[in-house]
Amino acid sequence: MSKKWDYKNVNARNIPRGAVIPEAGTADDYETGGWRTKHPEVDKDKCINCLFCYMYCPDSAVITKDGKLVGFDLKHCKGCGICAVECKKDAIKMENG
Amino acid sequence: MSTVKAITGDVAVAEAMRSIEPDVVGVYPITPQTIIVEAYAEYVARGEVQTEFVPAESEHSAISICVGAAAAGARTMTCTSSQGLALMWEVLPIASGMRLPIVMFDVNRAISAPINIHCDHSDTMGARDTGWLQIYSENAQEAYDNFIQAVRIAEHPDVQLPTMVMMDGFVISHAIQRVEVLDDAVVKKFVGERKADYPLLDIDNPVTWGSFDGLGGWFMEFKKDQMQAIENAKQVSLDVAKEYAKISGREYGLFESYKMDDADYAIIVINSTAGTAKTVVDTLREKGVKAGLIKIRMYRPFPASEIVAALNNCKAVAVMDRVPGYVDIGGPLFEDVQVACYQEGVNIPLVNYIYGLGGRDILTSHIESVYSDLETIAKTGKVASPVNYLGIKE
Repeated sequence: MSKKWDYKNVNARNIPRGAVIPEAGTADDYETGGWRTKHPEVDKDKCINCLFCYMYCPDSAVITKDGKLVGFDLKHCKGCGICAVECKKDAIKMENG
Repeated sequence: MSTVKAITGDVAVAEAMRSIEPDVVGVYPITPQTIIVEAYAEYVARGEVQTEFVPAESEHSAISICVGAAAAGARTMTCTSSQGLALMWEVLPIASGMRLPIVMFDVNRAISAPINIHCDHSDTMGARDTGWLQIYSENAQEAYDNFIQAVRIAEHPDVQLPTMVMMDGFVISHAIQRVEVLDDAVVKKFVGERKADYPLLDIDNPVTWGSFDGLGGWFMEFKKDQMQAIENAKQVSLDVAKEYAKISGREYGLFESYKMDDADYAIIVINSTAGTAKTVVDTLREKGVKAGLIKIRMYRPFPASEIVAALNNCKAVAVMDRVPGYVDIGGPLFEDVQVACYQEGVNIPLVNYIYGLGGRDILTSHIESVYSDLETIAKTGKVASPVNYLGIKE
C-alpha cells in the first residue's frame, strides 16, 4: 500500500490536528505480532481449505492464494488461537514462539 | 435586518439554531432545555430546515452522534442541561481532543441530589476543564448572540474546538424577554459553510480518526496543542465579536465591565445575576458609593490578566459562585480569580460568596450586603471570612 503520510518522520510541529492520521488502512503498519507467545502451524494433510480460519482471524493474518490456505502473516498474528479453535478438521495447532 | 420578538430564552436559542441550520443535531430532551429541542423538532417537521435531526436515547448517545457527524465534516449541534451534561461527560474530552467544533447549548441547572430542576452552575462548572470553550450569557439576547458567534469561534482555523454556550435555567430559559432576532439570510452569511480539515465522508481522501497513541506517541504534544488553541480563542472571539457587531449593533468582550473605571468595590459574577447586581450598582452610585461589576462572558479560555487589569484599582473584590465548591478555599470562579491576581502580583482583598444554589432567589438586598461587606473589608484591610453563603436559611 502506498503511504501518503510519512509517520516515521513526525515531529511536534507537524502532528496532524486532533490526532487524525491522514490516511486509511494504518493497522497494516502496526505490527501486533510482537504480542505473540504462540503461533499457529497448519497440517496441510488435514486441511481442506474451508477457510474458516481466514474468516475468523481478527487480524486478517491468514494468507491465502487461489482459495487455499498457504500460511500466516506473523507480523500481525497475535497468537490468539481462534483459528485453531474454529478449525473443523483439527488441522491447526498453536506452538510456542 | 432584524425583528424584535417577545420570546423565552429557550426559544431565542432555537431561533438562532434555525437561522444557523446545522447539518446534524443529535439531542435528548431535559428540563429546562426541552423547549429548544421541541421548537427545533417543529422547524424540522415543517420543513423549515434541512437538518438531520437525531433524537437519541440518551445524552451520552446524543453527544456521540455529534462526534461522529462532526468528524464526517458536518456542522453539528446539541443542547442539554444538568444530569444530561453529566451523562455526556465521558465524550466531552473526546470531542475536544479530536478537535471537533461541535456547538452545544447548556441551560444551567443544578446537579442532583437532592433532585432539583432549577438554576445553578454546577453542571457546566463540572465540565469547565474538558477542553471545551465556555461562553456564559446574562439574558436571552446574549444567549442568542453568543450561540451564533460560537459557531464562528469553534470552527476558526486557529481554534477548532467544541464550544458550549450557557444561560440560566428558568429565570432566563423560561422568561419572556425582548430579543432582536436577525434575518435568517444575515445569520447564514455570517456563519458561512463549515470547512472541515479531514472529513470522513471525503472518500477520495480516507483518514483514520480515533487511533491509539501510546507511550511512544505524541499524547502530550496533542494536549499542548489543545491548550494553545484554547488560548487562541481569546483573540478569535474578540475578532468574531467585531464582525458580529457589524450585523447586529451589539459587541461583546471577554467579559463586561460595568462602571469599573473608578470603582472601589467590585463584584465578579456569571449569567443572570449580573442583571440584578447592575441595579444595585446603579443605586449605590446614586448614593456616592463607587461600586462596579464584572460579568464573565468567556470563562474558558479564562481572561486572567485582563480581569486583573480591570480590578487593579479596586479596594476590595467579591467573587460570586453559583456552585457548591466542595472545598473550603471557595468556588471555581473564586479560585481562578485568586490565582490570576497572585500570578499578576496584585494583592487585593478577595472574598467569595456561594449563592443561588438549586434556584434559590438572589435579591438586591443580598447584593447590597455584599457591597457593604466590601466597604468593611476595605476599611479594616481584613477578610474575616473568605467563603460565605448568601440567602441561606438559618
